[in-house]
Amino acid sequence: MRRKLAVFLIITVCFLLQSTLFQMLSIASISPNLLIVVTSSFGFMRGRKEGMWIGFFSGLILDIFFGSVIGFYALIYAYIGYVNGFFRKRFFPDDIKLPLILIAASDFSYNILVYLFLFFLRGRFRIDYYLLNIMLPELVYTILVTIVLYFIILKINKKLEKIEKRRASKFV
Amino acid sequence: MKRRTKRSIPTKYTLLAVTVLCVLVMFASFTLNLSGGPLNTVAGYVFVPMQNGINQVAAWVINRADDVVSLQNVQQKNKELQAKVDELTQELNTIKLEQYELDNLRELMELDQKYPSYEKVAARVIGNDGGNWFSTFLIDKGEKDGIEKDMNVIAGSGLVGIVIDTGPNYAKVRSIIDDASNVSGMALSTSDRCIVNGNLVSMNEQRVIGFTDLKCDEDTVKTGEQIVTSHISDKYLEGILIGYVNTIERNSNNLTYSGTIIPAVDFQHLQEVLVIKDKKKTPAD
Repeated sequence: MRRKLAVFLIITVCFLLQSTLFQMLSIASISPNLLIVVTSSFGFMRGRKEGMWIGFFSGLILDIFFGSVIGFYALIYAYIGYVNGFFRKRFFPDDIKLPLILIAASDFSYNILVYLFLFFLRGRFRIDYYLLNIMLPELVYTILVTIVLYFIILKINKKLEKIEKRRASKFV
Repeated sequence: MKRRTKRSIPTKYTLLAVTVLCVLVMFASFTLNLSGGPLNTVAGYVFVPMQNGINQVAAWVINRADDVVSLQNVQQKNKELQAKVDELTQELNTIKLEQYELDNLRELMELDQKYPSYEKVAARVIGNDGGNWFSTFLIDKGEKDGIEKDMNVIAGSGLVGIVIDTGPNYAKVRSIIDDASNVSGMALSTSDRCIVNGNLVSMNEQRVIGFTDLKCDEDTVKTGEQIVTSHISDKYLEGILIGYVNTIERNSNNLTYSGTIIPAVDFQHLQEVLVIKDKKKTPAD
């Protein structure tokens, strides 16, 4: 319960920041994707199941407020969280290389999927332009934000795991 | 083994279920044109107040920061504007005279005023699309304030977009620069119709949007011509300014023209908008 509440708070804060503050701080009208960072990092920290659900709900919020159909972003985010869950065994908290690579890959594949489904299918074929002017800048900005945000999420997760462990040992 | 049975369903099946659910909902909302319904209500009450708060704080901070930077610019600009005011006042006087004449003539012809003044409601922009692909945004007025789907949104004198979804205390607006937006427009002086479509690439590169299928005689529509919403559009009210023609060229079929338009609204710094509460009435209604 405590974990669910904490995760809900993290998603809320990130969504709010993404849709308000970071839009104002956008560089060349590009803003970072915080929800991808949350989804991806909970994916490889906590496994497939949690990654999937967190992705699903992050996407759902985006769907409700900004999507044209309900369920599109939810699906993409759920899959991203799920796939990140496969890397749980290779994840060590002190090593930032793997998280950075995973989050970058997640953000990139998210943008590729959005491009394919929402732009390519409508006949916008200039992938090179979108790659250079939308996807890559967002990738760079997201990674910059990740360096800060990831450690915050990591710390919250550590704290939660500590509390859970203490509670579990009490009952034994 | 015991743990395995105690666990509920393996994750891959949950994923499958989630996938099926999402696809079904996507189809349902696409074909039946549904929106979130109760989800809108819940989300509206949870997130919108917080968005409001953050936005006000952030806007305040950024405004203060801008103040310092822009003071010098403002002084410079003030001089230029003063010159412009003089110039425009003169112009206004001439126009007033003409208006007076026009009114008289109208009265004579018993014409109604062509553009009735619409009932408008002011709203604040509280959130922008989280991603970088589309230009939809949220405003802080919703169903409770009488906002409905398909109402037109303007800022200053120009068209901003259209309400595409509403919650109890917020509404979702798609701006005309959005890549998926199409507006039926016409050239003000000649009443030749065209289609104005938002375009992410041209908006990013030159801050312009495109128009196509303009059927007009040669050299009648020039750079600087005003493009307004057309009378055949079924959702946009007639005669709202969209923007000014930036470039225009003849298509290879020699019949139609296409080109780019500079939007009349500054979408970069959109903070407050007006929602027109009158909706366009179509025979179907």
